[in-house]
Amino acid sequence: MEPLADGEYDAIIMGTGLKECVLSGLLSVQGMRVLQMDRNNYYGADCASLNLTNLYEKFNAGQPPESLGANRDFNVDLIPKFIMACGNLTKMLLHSKVTRYLEFKSIEGSYVYKGGKILKVPATPEEALKSPLMGLFEKRRFRTFLLFVDQYDETKPETHQGKDLTTMTMKQLYESFGLVPDTHQFISHAMCLELDEAHMDKPALSTVKELQTYCYSLARYGTSPYIYPVYGLGGLPEGFSRLCAVHGGTFMLHRDVDEITYNENGEANGVKSGNEMARAKFVVGDPSYFPKEKVKATGQVVRCICFLNHPIPNCGDLESVQIIIPGPQVGRTNDIFVCSLSNSHQVAAKGIYIAIVSTKMEGDDADKEVVPGLALLGHIMQRFTMVATTYEPVSDGSSDKCFISSSFDASSHFEGDVDDLLSLYKRVTGKDLDMTINADSVEADY
Amino acid sequence: MSNNRFCHFKLVLLGDTAVGKSCLVVRFVRDEFFEFQEPTIGAAFLTQTLALDDATVKFEIWDTAGQERYRSLAPMYYRGAAAAVVVYDITNPDSFAGAKSWVKELQRRGDQNVVIAMAGNKADLEAHRKVDFNEANEYAEANGIIHMETSAKNANNVKALFSEIAKRLPNNTQGGNGEREAFPILPQKQEARNCC
Repeated sequence: MEPLADGEYDAIIMGTGLKECVLSGLLSVQGMRVLQMDRNNYYGADCASLNLTNLYEKFNAGQPPESLGANRDFNVDLIPKFIMACGNLTKMLLHSKVTRYLEFKSIEGSYVYKGGKILKVPATPEEALKSPLMGLFEKRRFRTFLLFVDQYDETKPETHQGKDLTTMTMKQLYESFGLVPDTHQFISHAMCLELDEAHMDKPALSTVKELQTYCYSLARYGTSPYIYPVYGLGGLPEGFSRLCAVHGGTFMLHRDVDEITYNENGEANGVKSGNEMARAKFVVGDPSYFPKEKVKATGQVVRCICFLNHPIPNCGDLESVQIIIPGPQVGRTNDIFVCSLSNSHQVAAKGIYIAIVSTKMEGDDADKEVVPGLALLGHIMQRFTMVATTYEPVSDGSSDKCFISSSFDASSHFEGDVDDLLSLYKRVTGKDLDMTINADSVEADY
Repeated sequence: MSNNRFCHFKLVLLGDTAVGKSCLVVRFVRDEFFEFQEPTIGAAFLTQTLALDDATVKFEIWDTAGQERYRSLAPMYYRGAAAAVVVYDITNPDSFAGAKSWVKELQRRGDQNVVIAMAGNKADLEAHRKVDFNEANEYAEANGIIHMETSAKNANNVKALFSEIAKRLPNNTQGGNGEREAFPILPQKQEARNCC
């Protein structure tokens, strides 16, 4: 066997998905020698942003039609997600200073589906008072509720108004403000971004914190709480890979791992690829790089990538929008998400809109699951459907030195994925990631 | 008077390993040279400002950071680059062949109007020359790109190369596409809330 790259590393990272790239970046900043490999010839793994050639190849769809425009104008996300402007992924970007490689733009509008109509999620108290989402008296109760949430501080009992959110359920909290079930649904799904109804019977605190993140994110940049990197989400793993490379990490794309090697104690100690091998103290990767006994399936997500030659109807002709269809509105348990992006975020040629409909599978007919989302899109030029099984590791990696990330969840944002990343970081390093951001250090040192 | 325009451009380095990409930039930016420069310079990017007759040009220079070794440069690297310096080593003919393939890669993946300069580095090692100056020059002319032989070691032609690039860059842009309302994320001045 010949040495693979430099042959000896501290960590071998398999896959260049966002989680793997964040981890390789953080580890190499700490001085570890990192080798990162990916079987594809592009960065991003499951969360890559593909150009037309790679997209059509992935779906075995032949040659892309010339009418769509130039290959290089397209950066189509395989997993559609938006970033909460004040959420944990933003913190991680700031923490690692990967922000310097990227530019962002706000998502222009956030909508919710109610009673067969698409309605704007109010972005300001004034909008809330004008919104047809609620009746007049309900609006006042909604406003009182938002004020309570805005003031609420876990550490300051005087802001609690006598409510103990660690024991009170979310349902009880809504009811204590006199809010009706339609409003619960709207707040929980379109603002707290809950995926189903499970949170209603749990202590209200975590849902209230989600609502706070939503409100602060909204206040940060304006029209919606979401931001999105120009040129697509693929820029996120690419940015972290550069951080890793700048600190000495080695990168090999288009290079699959044939085998993970183990020592006599069953701990991973390297990888083989062709007739080459490299050693490391541990390996990290997404579930697709590990034998199936090390991971277990957690569900299935269907994602439908659609090319349109028009913006999504009934959303103010915006260049970028999110529409949330709360599951209960269409007789489902899980919400359906619709994301739409265009040339304004440099992910499609001028005049082409990319709409992605996604949801967690509840039955076994993928096409049926996305019908309520597709019905909102108008004429669809081309549609690609994929059903992905999601996985999580069976063990925490302490005994076999295989640290495995979980698949990306079905949600429309990264908050749950960042939790998985923080857990992965802790399992690998034994430490919590310090997420406190020094506001002054960002622009100074380059 | 508008003769004091300030332009800002991203410039990327390309070329095989060990041809002196980092040395060239360190000479240009810091006017230093180290015989045993570490393979990567450990910085996200370096900046240097050049004063021309009618404009001031600020370069934001991106080093490959070693990702050229297995041809694993991310699209992000090429994106928005107004200029590229493709470096080869005049004592190493393979690196000249490599430079030609980097030019092709750049034409495929980079912006259409990218200004390309080819630098035949290590020109101080004349006795070990393996790449003919005229051959490289003809290739450059045929492809409409700048060509100079440089020496990061004795500083010869280093500033001249960057000045030549600066002259060819459009002098009315910020580099990239000014009409987009994109923004960098900056931390909030104060963390007003415990959850934010």
